[in-house]
Amino acid sequence: MRNWLVRDVLGITVISAILIGLSYLLGWLPIPGMAYYNRVIVTIGINIILAVSLNIINGHAGQFSMGHAGFMAVGAYTSAYLTYFHFQPFLATMKEGPAQFAMQQVLFLAALLAGGGIAALAGWLVGLPSLRLRGDYLAIVTLGFGEIIRVLILNIDKIGGARGLAGVPAFANFFWVYLFVCIVVIVSWRLIRSQVGRAFLAVREDEIAAEAMGVNTTHYKVQAFVIGSFFAGIAGGLLGHYLVYLNPGMFQFTKSFEAIVMVVLGGMGSISGAVLAAVILSVALEALRFVKEAFGLTADPRMVIYAIVLILLMRLRPQGVLGNREIGSFFRRRNGRSE
Amino acid sequence: MTILNVLDAQGVTIRFGGLTAVSEFNLSIRPTELVGLIGPNGAGKTTVFNMLTGVYKPTEGEIRVNGVDTKSLKACDITKLGAARTFQNIRVFKTLSLLDNVRIGGHIHYKYSWADSVLHSVKFREHEEQAAQEAIELLSIFDLAHRAHDEARSLPYGDQRRLEIARALAAKPKLLLLDEPAAGLNTGETAGLMAQIHEIRDRFGIAVLIIEHNMELVMGICERILVLNYGKTIAQGHPEAIQNDPVVIEAYLGEPADA
Ligand SMILES: Nc1ncnc2c1ncn2[C@@H]1O[C@H](COP(=O)(O)OP(=O)(O)O)[C@@H](O)[C@H]1O
Ligand SMILES: [Mg+2]
Repeated sequence: MRNWLVRDVLGITVISAILIGLSYLLGWLPIPGMAYYNRVIVTIGINIILAVSLNIINGHAGQFSMGHAGFMAVGAYTSAYLTYFHFQPFLATMKEGPAQFAMQQVLFLAALLAGGGIAALAGWLVGLPSLRLRGDYLAIVTLGFGEIIRVLILNIDKIGGARGLAGVPAFANFFWVYLFVCIVVIVSWRLIRSQVGRAFLAVREDEIAAEAMGVNTTHYKVQAFVIGSFFAGIAGGLLGHYLVYLNPGMFQFTKSFEAIVMVVLGGMGSISGAVLAAVILSVALEALRFVKEAFGLTADPRMVIYAIVLILLMRLRPQGVLGNREIGSFFRRRNGRSE
Repeated sequence: MTILNVLDAQGVTIRFGGLTAVSEFNLSIRPTELVGLIGPNGAGKTTVFNMLTGVYKPTEGEIRVNGVDTKSLKACDITKLGAARTFQNIRVFKTLSLLDNVRIGGHIHYKYSWADSVLHSVKFREHEEQAAQEAIELLSIFDLAHRAHDEARSLPYGDQRRLEIARALAAKPKLLLLDEPAAGLNTGETAGLMAQIHEIRDRFGIAVLIIEHNMELVMGICERILVLNYGKTIAQGHPEAIQNDPVVIEAYLGEPADA
């Protein structure tokens, strides 16, 4: 009996039901400007997916990637291409009603997965140089990759080039974003408590010792890249279908840096830390908008804020808010630790 | 019928630029043999280990682990052939728990995929349960089971060395390679460790190759000893014969008093 399958399908059903309930609740809440808060909540969700997925590469496997925005762009444009040019026209031929609605959800899921899949393929391609490169060199290669993707998109006229792609179907919502938040957290959580995750950690801790214990370090580095970029691609797909617009400028280096700041702030390798930092930073950035308006600033003060956050962090808590631990371990009694 | 040697090294030589760190090294180890590799500092002992385990590729010569030529193999593949090692400069996974350290040691025996991990399939759960149990058993051999959930870096030096041996044993090797396992231990601890190594050999029926800087130490437990000096094998044979070999004595007397 495949009872694990039954259990997981049940789990996903329950999570979905809760999320659908929550999304209706958010819509109904009689709070003025709820649409605005709803948008902030969705943005937070997308950032959680980004931070948790980057944490798999940077925090768990210890490979310093600076190209997360690039994977995000690949996923965003792939899924938007599918829905904009193929799925949307197809849906338009259907009669309005529950069947069309259901079809839309199925096609959107397919588009998201395709976007994630192509992003994963890109992750595999970028992961390959990590066979040879370490530390700074890998960071530079991944940084270059992100820029190449952006410039490439800039020059493909079919998907809007520099103008951007307006009119991406509005398929994403609270439900889809938080469904994938749950999925990425559960996947990352379960991986790190399995031999696959422990192999990631071994690579991060000591490559020579990992190899000596039979861990194929190359294989696991690439695998971390593939899994991390898959979810970055999903996050991109969600973003495009929520904002209803894509533009290469959305996937600049600053976006990758934002994800890195979240992982570092939360504590490298801590899943709950990444979630926490994504929430904190997203809210802080939103608050910054008001500051910007109040002072009549024209330039974007984000990079200054990131720099300040990082400097403070290095001074006060270099290991990040949660260090490499999970939030639960702070509440449990630490047994038998001698130092 | 001949019993397959766990190790066959023939004419193994490695040069770093102009320096020949190890030259014409020959060593065959039969199953369950306890062999010592000794020699003064810088003699090339660790370099031999690095070649046997695939960290370095020899410039010349052939190495076979359980009958398989390791020439084109990566370090992780050599482990799969049944050779596991420890390091002279301890390389435990510092921020991971003792349990995780040992479970990573058993990496080559995991058969489930990432999909099994994510779905928590039956295969995954059975495997994990068994792996955790085996890891705890290995830790208890070294009296470390009660600290299974502590970070490896919180252990004292000697216990980190023991943890490294437990981690290597988790790979269920046919040949265990220990690089100065007693370095930094006091006399009492050293005697205890040597007894433990002997015990491990009997219990798991594996061959052990021990590097030791201190000649006296290995005399007690090794059945055969090989002496390196300046990369050359200057003597090999029974411990008593080695102890009285004038060439060996000279090599060691040439050492500073603190060695
Ligand atoms: N990667 C390397 N590059 C250059 N020289 C090396 C390298 N590894 C070892 N050596 C040299 O090989 C010699 C033997 O070193 P080693 O095997 O560590 O000695 P032992 O373990 O017997 O004390 C030393 O002279 C050392 O400097
Ligand atoms: Mg040495």
